[in-house]
Amino acid sequence: MTTAIQVKKLTMVQAVTDALRTMLEEDESVIVLGQDVGKNGGVFRATEGLFAQFGEERVIDTPLAESGIIGTSIGLSINGFRPIAEMQFLGFIYPAFNQLMTHATRMRQRTMGRYTVPMVIRAPYGAGVKAPEIHSDSVEALFTQIPGLKVVIPSNAYDAKGLLIASIEDPDPVLFLEPMRSYRSLRTEVPEEKYTVELGKASYQKKGNDVTLLTWGAMVPDTMKAVEHFEKQQNATCEVIDLRTLYPLDKETIQESVEKTGRAVIVHEAPATGGVNGEIISVINDSAFFYLKAPIQKVTGFDTPVPVYSLEKEYLPSSEKIIHAINKALSY
Amino acid sequence: MNMLEKFPIMQYISEEGEAVNSEITDMLTADLLKLFYEKMLRARMMDKKCVNLQRQGRIGTYVPYEGQEAAQVGSALAVEEGDWMFPTYRDHAATMTFGHSLRNLLLYWVGRIEGGIPPEGKNIFPPAVPIASQLLHATGVAWAEKKKNTDRVSLVYFGDGATSEGDFHEGLNFASVFKVPVVFFNQNNGYAISVPMEKQMNSKTIAQKGLGYEIPSIRIDGNDIAAVYLETKKAVERARNGEGPTLIEAVTWRYGAHTTADDPSKYRDQAEIDNRRKTTDPLSRLEKYMKNEGIWDEEWLTNTENKITNEINTALDEMQKYPEANIDDVFENVFEKLTWTLEEQREQHRKIKRGQMS
Repeated sequence: MTTAIQVKKLTMVQAVTDALRTMLEEDESVIVLGQDVGKNGGVFRATEGLFAQFGEERVIDTPLAESGIIGTSIGLSINGFRPIAEMQFLGFIYPAFNQLMTHATRMRQRTMGRYTVPMVIRAPYGAGVKAPEIHSDSVEALFTQIPGLKVVIPSNAYDAKGLLIASIEDPDPVLFLEPMRSYRSLRTEVPEEKYTVELGKASYQKKGNDVTLLTWGAMVPDTMKAVEHFEKQQNATCEVIDLRTLYPLDKETIQESVEKTGRAVIVHEAPATGGVNGEIISVINDSAFFYLKAPIQKVTGFDTPVPVYSLEKEYLPSSEKIIHAINKALSY
Repeated sequence: MNMLEKFPIMQYISEEGEAVNSEITDMLTADLLKLFYEKMLRARMMDKKCVNLQRQGRIGTYVPYEGQEAAQVGSALAVEEGDWMFPTYRDHAATMTFGHSLRNLLLYWVGRIEGGIPPEGKNIFPPAVPIASQLLHATGVAWAEKKKNTDRVSLVYFGDGATSEGDFHEGLNFASVFKVPVVFFNQNNGYAISVPMEKQMNSKTIAQKGLGYEIPSIRIDGNDIAAVYLETKKAVERARNGEGPTLIEAVTWRYGAHTTADDPSKYRDQAEIDNRRKTTDPLSRLEKYMKNEGIWDEEWLTNTENKITNEINTALDEMQKYPEANIDDVFENVFEKLTWTLEEQREQHRKIKRGQMS
C-alpha cells in the first residue's frame, strides 16, 4: 500500500514560505528575522502569513541594520536558536560582511566546536526584474571563498523548499540565495510534506551527449531555453546541470558529465573575473582534463557593476550568447 | 546640556583610599575587599608575567591591560555562573576572574586554537578581534536567554574606539528595541591605539551615547573597584529583572602599550604613567582603603602572592607541556563534516608531509 503524496503547484517564493512554515511548525528553535519580514510578510512576500501564524517572538521585524541582523543571529544561534535571517536584497548584505567573514563562519573553528552557528541567511539576488540600482547584484563568488560557509541557490520551487529545509537543518551557516527573477516566473509541483534536497548535489535538468552546460539560479531556465532553440537547429544534444550548491560544488556530477560529453559551457550572470566559473574550470581541470575535446567556454556578466535596468538585458547572458558558446565548444 | 555634568564620574573610594560614600562602602565586607584585591593582584601578576614572556620570546605579541584591573575584575565579579561574557583581546583580567583557564589564556598568546575555548560550564566567547563586533553577539545571546525565559545576562566589553563603529550603535539599538538583558561595559582608557578620545569623538563622554537609544547610562571611575563592582551589579540586576540593557562607561587608563608591538612614547607623554601609578592605581587605592579600614594584612598578602605565583607557574608549565598543535584541528572544525575540498586538501597535505607524493 502506498500513501498518496499531496502536491500543490507553487511558485518559488511560495515554496520558500512553505519551507519556512514547515520548519517553524516542526522546530521551536527556528525563528525568522529581518527587515519587514513580520507584518508586511517581506518585500517579496516570502514570509507572508508567518507573523500571523507564529507571532512576533518567532517572526521578528528587526531594525534596518544588516550587520545587526547577522550579528545578533550569531548570538541567537550559539545560544540555542536556529535563526533564518533575511537580507532584503543581496546587494545590501555588504555592511554585514564582517560579521559573516570574521565570526559566523569562524566560530566553530575558533572554539573547536564548542560554539556553532546553525544559521541561514536568505537573500533575493540577481538582475532582470527592473529593480532600482544595487538591488540586482549577483555576487555569490564573494561568499564561496569564505571558509565555513555553504552557498546554495535554487532554480525552481521544488528545489527551493527542499534545499531551504536542508539549509535550516544544516549545523553550519548557509547563505541561501533566491533568484528573484524566478520567484514567480513558473510553478512546479511541490509536496506538502517535509522533504530535503541534499546540499552539495547538482541536478540534471536535461540529459545529452555532446556538450555539458553548467549553471544555476535564474540562468537555469534561460539556459534550457537556449538549448531547446539550439537543438532544433543542430544535430547535437546538450546536457544541462543545475549546480544548486556553489560551495561545496558537486564534483562527481561535473566530472561524470564532462567525461561523457568532453565539452563544457558555464553560464552565470555574475561578473566573469573571480566568478564561480573559474572554480568549475578548476574542478574540470582536476577531474576530467583528459576527456576535454575543446576549451571550456563561459558566458557571464561583464566585469562591470550590474547596470541600471535599461541596460540589464544586455548585461545578462542571452540565448544568442549561450548558443554561440555551445557552437564554439562543438566546432573546436 | 553639559554632558560632563549630566554624567559625573561616580566614585565610591577616592584616590586617597577614603570612602566617598561610607553608607555604600560599608556594605563591602572584609572578605569581599580581600577578594577584590586578590583578583586584581592575580590579574596584574599574570599580565606582568605575560609581558616578560613576550620579551623573552616565549609567547607571541601580547596585549597588556595593566592599569585596567579594577574595571575588568570588578565587573567580572558582578556576574554569576551561567551568565555570558564577551571579551576583547584586552580583557583577560575579566575572563580569568570569571573562570577562564590560565593555561588556555597562555595558549591563546602562543597562537593556539585552544586559547579561545573556555572551561566547560563557563560561557565565555573567544576574544573579539574586529572592533565592536562582539556587542551584537552579546545582544543576540542575551536575547536568546530572554526568549528562553531565564534570568541569565550578557556582559560585553569594548573600548573607547569601539564606540565609533557601526556595530556599537547597532548593538545598543537592537538591545534597546528588544529590551535585551545585556550590560555594555565600556573601558574608556583614553586611547584607541594612538588616537586620543578627543580625536575619536566630539562628545565629552561615552555614557551620553546611550541617550540616543534610551538606555540607562552611567559614567564611573574605572579604577575604583567598589564603584565598578557595585554599579555593574546594579546593571546586572536590572537586566535579570527584565529591565533591559545598561551602558557603563568606566574611565580608566592603560599603563602599557596597545600591544607589545606598539611604542606608546610616540603618541603620549610617558611621564603620565608614573603619575598615574602614584595617583590613580586601582590596586594601591584599594590597599590604602583597606589600611584605612584596618583590614590590611601583610601575611595574607604574602600568602596570596605565593599562591598566585604558584598558580601562574603551574599554568605556564601546563601550557608548555600541552600537546603539539595539530593541523587536523583546522580541517575538522570548519564544518561539522569535512567537505570534499577539505578532505582532498588534507590528504594532499598529509602525503606531502610524509614524502609520499609522486
